[in-house]
Amino acid sequence: MDETRRTFLKVAGLSVLGFGAKPVVDAVAGTGESKFERDPNALNGKRWAMVVDQKKCLNAKEGCKECVLACDYAHNVPDFGNPKDEVKWIWQTSYEHAFPGQENPYIEGFVKDSLKGLPFMVLCNHCDNPPCVRVCPVKATFRRPDGIVQMDYHRCIGCRFCMAACPFGARNLNWRDPRPFIKKENPEFPTRTRGVVEKCNFCAERLDVGKIPACVEACKEKALVFGDLEDPNSEVRDLLRTHPSIQRKPQLGTRPQVYYIL
Amino acid sequence: MLEKALRGNKSYFTWIGFLLVLVGMGFSFYLRQLSFGLGITGMSRNVSWGLYIGQFTFLVGVAASAVMLVLPYYLHNYKVFGKITILGEFLAVAAVTMCLTFIVVDLGRPDRAFNVLLYPTPNSVLFWDMVVLNGYLFLNIVVGWTVLEAEAKSAPPPKWVKPLIYLSIPWAVSIHTVTAFLYAGLPGRSFWLSAIMAPRFLASAFAAGPALLILICLFLRKYTKFDAGWEAIQSLAKIVTYAMIISVFFVLCELFTVFYSQIPEDMNHFRYLFFGLHGHDGLVPWMWASTVLAMLSLVLMINPKTRNSPGTLAMGCVCVFFSLWIEKGITLVLTGYIPSPLETITQYHPTVPEIGIVIGVWALGFLILSILYKVALTVKTESV
Repeated sequence: MDETRRTFLKVAGLSVLGFGAKPVVDAVAGTGESKFERDPNALNGKRWAMVVDQKKCLNAKEGCKECVLACDYAHNVPDFGNPKDEVKWIWQTSYEHAFPGQENPYIEGFVKDSLKGLPFMVLCNHCDNPPCVRVCPVKATFRRPDGIVQMDYHRCIGCRFCMAACPFGARNLNWRDPRPFIKKENPEFPTRTRGVVEKCNFCAERLDVGKIPACVEACKEKALVFGDLEDPNSEVRDLLRTHPSIQRKPQLGTRPQVYYIL
Repeated sequence: MLEKALRGNKSYFTWIGFLLVLVGMGFSFYLRQLSFGLGITGMSRNVSWGLYIGQFTFLVGVAASAVMLVLPYYLHNYKVFGKITILGEFLAVAAVTMCLTFIVVDLGRPDRAFNVLLYPTPNSVLFWDMVVLNGYLFLNIVVGWTVLEAEAKSAPPPKWVKPLIYLSIPWAVSIHTVTAFLYAGLPGRSFWLSAIMAPRFLASAFAAGPALLILICLFLRKYTKFDAGWEAIQSLAKIVTYAMIISVFFVLCELFTVFYSQIPEDMNHFRYLFFGLHGHDGLVPWMWASTVLAMLSLVLMINPKTRNSPGTLAMGCVCVFFSLWIEKGITLVLTGYIPSPLETITQYHPTVPEIGIVIGVWALGFLILSILYKVALTVKTESV
């Protein structure tokens, strides 16, 4: 009796060990070749970033939301129609909410007069030192070598620690099933399930096939500029060289990579 | 030994049945949450943690407080606590189980909970919280059960359990420190971004947990054959008193720094909490209730006359427990989100299913506690 029990335990133990060791063996002894081939047209950057040139927004027609609409369609962002369940990747907000703590009595007048009171575009800052990545207990959000802070919707457990950690309110939980609330489905991009977190991904999926981000492409006034900060000849570098720019909450040390020109 | 929980009088089984009904009610609400999503709760984009995480935070403290019995008894050979150390350990078991259950019901994708083990991430405080909480649960089950089993057999406890007991002492401190670090390390949440968060958590834990134990001991003294001993209860009362004083002192330290420095971002949270901000004052009655209860508890607990009389002592302990339950179970988590880092105010109102689930998890905790206590008290009263 004891003998069979012992044998069973031995076999069971070895099996568990075997299954546990498989990923290790794969990692060490796996072939170096990649099964995946990159699109030759893919855009390659070392440090992707965005510049929002707020003055360019002045030329747009009133109530322009082209960038938001393009993003919502490109990424199947649901519209629940209420602020409680709201999911948003790029959105418009007023100066005091975009740059809290940087108000003074006169900048209000400046925004009102010189910028016609137009809202500011805000989105994930793709921080160089992202607190959301630091706190995620399962590495479901991670920073790519090109600077994009990406989400793995298949790994996220929905603990929302990242939402507590993000100082920019860039993250959303799918509080309920988003699929019935997608206005027009884009078959090119995955929809999400309820219970996972999502946010702007700097259109990583479009960069991979040689396209610039959807919001940047949609902006006819070129108020949104996207590019590689490591490339000294890039448009973003040129803009930051020739204009004074600000970031959101730079004092927190997250090193946000969306720059604003007022 | 567990079979001892199967024998009891009518009121015992009525109590167990009552708890089972509440657990069932909570579970049926949870099934609804599973099929609808967390949108069934009052949580929102801006207030993304609510009652669940609040209860979790409070109960980590209750769990950690077992050390207030274990440490005097095992390290200082304070024999008076010998009879009730097991009550502290089993309270810790029930409290940690509630903590883990609250974490699971708070997950958007509970089916993926084991990803935390599949992809261990040492840079995440939540990963460490999982490690220390499960470790603490394990330690208290093993230690409590083994020592009790030895007592049932009128034998000394095995030698190997001693190192585990010593380990459980710093481990208790670790669970509440790590839980505080969940909050205290986030940029942009100035309400939580305070180095005193972990000490504050520990002080309030060592007040709330022993206060609950005193209430339990007073109850058992009155209605069962088990008497913890008046000296033990008095010693616990002194622990509660000191811990409560320190806890209130720490809160005052926070208030000084915030209001003397006058940094608007830091002040706005406390303003919202105590007075309301821009016409929003959802937490104001709660915060003042907690403040008044805290003051009242200090009066009742510091004054030796009221502390030494069972009736007023019980009142003092009720005040301590509910004052700290409000502070950690409700206001601490919510105020971190209000106002949001973008200076918007979204208020939070828990929904009926959410409150039902919270009650269900508490009932589950009390069920575990009742069964474990039944076993422990049967052993204790039979062996006498």
